[in-house]
Amino acid sequence: MTDKAADTMKADDRAVGRSTRWRTAIAALGMLPILILLAVGFQFINPRFFTQTNLLIVMQQSSINIVLAAGMTFVILTGGIDLSVGSILAASAMVAVMVSLVPDWGLLGVPAAILVGLGFGVINGLLIAYIKLPPFIVTLGSLTAVRGVARLLGQDTTVFNADLPFDFIGNGSLFGIPWLVIIALAVVVLSWLVLKRTVLGTWIYAVGGNAEAARLTGIKVPLVLLFVYGVSGLLAGLGGAMSAARLYAANGLQLGQSYELDAIAAVILGGTSFVGGVGSIWGTLIGGLIIAVLSNGLILAGVSDIWQYIIKGLVIIVAVALDRYRLQAGART
Amino acid sequence: MSAAARIETVRQPVLEMRHISKTFGAIRALHDVSLTVHAGELHALMGENGAGKSTLMKVLSGAYRPDPGGEILIDGVPAATGDPIKARAAGIAVIYQELSLAPNLSVAQNIFLGNEPRRFGVVDREQCNRRASEIIARLGVTFSARTPVASLSLGERQLVEIARALSTNARIIVMDEPTTSLTSRETDRLFEVIATLKSQGIAIIYISHRMEEVYQLADRVSVLRDSGYVGTLDRADLNASRLVSMMVGRDLSTFYKKDHRPPDSKRAIALSVRGMSDGNLIKNCSFDLHKGEVLALAGLVGSGRTELARLIFGADRHTSGTLELGGKPISIGSPSEALDAGIAYLTEDRKQLGLFLDMSISDNISMGVLAKDAKAGGLRDFTAAEKRAAKAVSDLSIRTSSVQANAGSLSGGNQQKVLLARLLETEPQVVILDEPTRGVDVGAKSEIYRLIDNLAKKGIAILMISSELPEVIGIADRVLVMRDGTIAGEVTASEGEPLRQEAIMELATGAAQR
Repeated sequence: MTDKAADTMKADDRAVGRSTRWRTAIAALGMLPILILLAVGFQFINPRFFTQTNLLIVMQQSSINIVLAAGMTFVILTGGIDLSVGSILAASAMVAVMVSLVPDWGLLGVPAAILVGLGFGVINGLLIAYIKLPPFIVTLGSLTAVRGVARLLGQDTTVFNADLPFDFIGNGSLFGIPWLVIIALAVVVLSWLVLKRTVLGTWIYAVGGNAEAARLTGIKVPLVLLFVYGVSGLLAGLGGAMSAARLYAANGLQLGQSYELDAIAAVILGGTSFVGGVGSIWGTLIGGLIIAVLSNGLILAGVSDIWQYIIKGLVIIVAVALDRYRLQAGART
Repeated sequence: MSAAARIETVRQPVLEMRHISKTFGAIRALHDVSLTVHAGELHALMGENGAGKSTLMKVLSGAYRPDPGGEILIDGVPAATGDPIKARAAGIAVIYQELSLAPNLSVAQNIFLGNEPRRFGVVDREQCNRRASEIIARLGVTFSARTPVASLSLGERQLVEIARALSTNARIIVMDEPTTSLTSRETDRLFEVIATLKSQGIAIIYISHRMEEVYQLADRVSVLRDSGYVGTLDRADLNASRLVSMMVGRDLSTFYKKDHRPPDSKRAIALSVRGMSDGNLIKNCSFDLHKGEVLALAGLVGSGRTELARLIFGADRHTSGTLELGGKPISIGSPSEALDAGIAYLTEDRKQLGLFLDMSISDNISMGVLAKDAKAGGLRDFTAAEKRAAKAVSDLSIRTSSVQANAGSLSGGNQQKVLLARLLETEPQVVILDEPTRGVDVGAKSEIYRLIDNLAKKGIAILMISSELPEVIGIADRVLVMRDGTIAGEVTASEGEPLRQEAIMELATGAAQR
């Protein structure tokens, strides 16, 4: 090759490198500026926004959604979707309360809920990874079926336990920070560890980025898929325990309705690509907080319930539009 | 019109591209290229990948605006540049490698897609079908205008693309590697159509890497290299070594590298394939691959080379057949089992099946050995990955600013080297390379040839699929030729007698059918 050609090539790589860095910088910031902008805006409208009490309320209200969204992040990173988390949460919450009512079993309600969630997640995963059914269809089916299970568990009634032994999870605090918030942050940190620091995490990104290439590289794609749906189910189970702990009760019909949509919205708002392979758990955390700040701020601003729906919906659409724009920018290389 | 005047119009070039340059930021994609094309002429455009052919054609089609100073003349009149719609109106049509037809629509609907004849504001189906029939009749095809495109073969679809070009009264048709995925019969068909088009005064710019086609079709050949114009040869002056040296810019003998010792019959067998079938295309394929040997798998597109390679690698299921690795029978049901056994495969389609474009070069290179490098608890060892990547970058001279850059930011040749690096990290005994130099520039090509040669020297057995016969002859010790899913025969070099291109082509095409 001539020197001129080599120079052209280097210039080529440099130029591409520059634009890549620019894009990565934007991607790394993600939706954080939007979150800050929203918070500042709401503070102007109602100075009560930036009070310690209110910020704790925002974080507490977002905690269960963030736990579900963390699981959803694993799934969406592989290019999949899990529509069943709301129903799994309901079934797990039912189990948590019912187990807590059994004499001497009290605290076992929490692990029981998590195991039930894991079980449903594994069933989703087996159908998707080994029978190779589309994730949308499988989890749409379990969305309905598991909801039925949740109702069946309590004979379609609300189950109560006024003496719930693990109620501190839902209503207690450690050094002034609610346990719900601590659990949600712990889930985020653990998820980050798995996604960014383990071999399995890299495989998850690889499967989402290019499943066939992953298979040809020797990655056991079905195991990776089984893992992510298992995690999503497990975290939905944990969400169920958290929800039961907060309410001292569970209702198979109403609990967790359309939670999957909020979880998906948090993930997408966080910049995780719907086609998989690109995204981060920090983004999901910010996405979850944006949703909570929107709800809280709109209430503080005195916006009616109906308008809250409309505004939240529009925010999600704008976020997906941004996602599309980013994908197109990526496709230009 | 008098006879003299008619000759004058014939001599007037239908297209002149003058002093076309194109830069993208700091990158110079074209430098002062001029091209003159006459009506009724087939003008072949040759050059290695990255030489600037596609950029030149994108300037012609209006997708790119040339840098100031460059101009395009049609019938001697300066034409608008950088405007695809005006270019089409001026009679320029481009038929791309990736066909852009809507499979669920009929031939006629595709021909007039976006340009439908209308009556009272609605699409006039009747007129659409009638005019489409007239156009495809000009091409002498057998299918009807109402046929859904999905039911057509690739070759027929290409004819639909040509018909679409004719529907806009194109006078200059650019064909970009039109025969890449055609069968030999479809190729003949296309050549007949090309002859018809030429007789109707249409100029054809024909991009191809295939020498035989260029010999058969071209009236003139222009060669680009490293974004610049090298020269134009008339049909009478065409000769292979001159064309190749124009394209490569150097002598062939130093381009291909074959320093490793060619195997003798006593050389140990690395991989032995017996009776491999997939119940579909591949039927009863058997061969031996020796240690330290470069065995080429040649054949036409669709002959089953990639399919056979994927069966050996466990990427697809075989219905019958056995494998022996180093004399021991092995059972391979998945790529991960093949890799564990020491068989590695380089895909022909690096973007779709190879790379993780959104991941770093370092992750891409280490992807196959992450578990091996892992620390306790399945944690990544990023230092190990960085080390592997840094070594690969220097060993294979991968040009990148950082191993943390995304694989998608690399040029084709460097992407290919990243995939080769990943494959080598698994320390394979048997390496299957599927079109290892496809879409790779000349410099990277010769580096990949050197790498293959070095692997063979180390005793690694290499099975190389290649559609480029000069490459096969330049690199391989022995050639297996596939045809219709079977191994049609073997071509070996004997003492003082190199591998013969003709012998390979005869086996690949089935000499009896010709």
